[in-house]
Amino acid sequence: MSDHNEQHHIVPIRVYIAVFLTLIAMTWVTAYVSTVDLGRLNIFVALSIAIFKASLVILFFMHVKYGTKLTKMIVLAGLYWLLLLLFIAMADLWTRGWMGVPGR
Amino acid sequence: MASQVVPHEEVVTLKHHFANDEQQLDASTIGMWVFLVTEIMFFGGLFLAYFAYRQAYPAAFASASNKTNLWLGAANTTVLICSSLTMAMAVHSASLGKRTLLVLFLILTLILGGVFLGVKAYEYHDKWVHHEVPGAHFDCEGCDDAGHAPLFFSLYFGMTGLHATHMLVGFVILSIIIVQASRGKFTAKWYTPVEMFGLYWHFVDIVWIFLFPLLYLIDRSHTGLK
Repeated sequence: MSDHNEQHHIVPIRVYIAVFLTLIAMTWVTAYVSTVDLGRLNIFVALSIAIFKASLVILFFMHVKYGTKLTKMIVLAGLYWLLLLLFIAMADLWTRGWMGVPGR
Repeated sequence: MASQVVPHEEVVTLKHHFANDEQQLDASTIGMWVFLVTEIMFFGGLFLAYFAYRQAYPAAFASASNKTNLWLGAANTTVLICSSLTMAMAVHSASLGKRTLLVLFLILTLILGGVFLGVKAYEYHDKWVHHEVPGAHFDCEGCDDAGHAPLFFSLYFGMTGLHATHMLVGFVILSIIIVQASRGKFTAKWYTPVEMFGLYWHFVDIVWIFLFPLLYLIDRSHTGLK
């Protein structure tokens, strides 16, 4: 019983509200920015905002910030494997046209 | 003899194979996260397919993605973020042992999820009416490289469809948890199912946070708001 408070880190409501308002604001910012022509930067801005929003949800709503080291390791390992999947496959596709294929 | 000393809830909530409540909760949290990591990879394959085909047919993806409704997409994102807040508040209420608030926030989460799926269904209907569903009657009016436009819409329906399926699964689990919560199954000391379902619900929210820019916002600047 005595370890109850250590077990569940109770996050103050104002933290949830602040995260929530930031998420809503970023949603409409990203929607607006998408209509401004930034050339190739558009996708980077859109994805950066999405990554920022996702980080807020993971850290605060999903309590990873207050979680154990092992939980953090599992989350990071998952994201790392996702990046491997995306970057290795896309590195192939992006660079295929860079050099001619001998004999073709 | 001892059965009278040990409070009822301890017997129910702490399984004998765990040393204490903290270890039990850690095990549940880790297990849930391992499951969510498999879900990340599950969706990751679809995201890779999206990036690969977008890189192969940029013109088709640009004009086809402009057929989505930016306003509905942004509004639905807002609805889903609201449902994430109500879910976080539900977990918060559970941790304080406030049963009425817990049930209230869980029901709000269910309603907001329903609104999201309602808007999604309206969008699907809109696409169906405008012949934007890949198949024999597909017709992407005014699309560049229209021959490859069905690829975008296949990914659109595949990704949003898988996301919506996750929400439907969430509905079933959430309904069960609402019944359990209203019957007083959860206490401030033990509400692990509420907490674990919260993780799942927030994960589904995160998937949408990425689907929204990729399906609705990319290359939007060519046509502006509409």
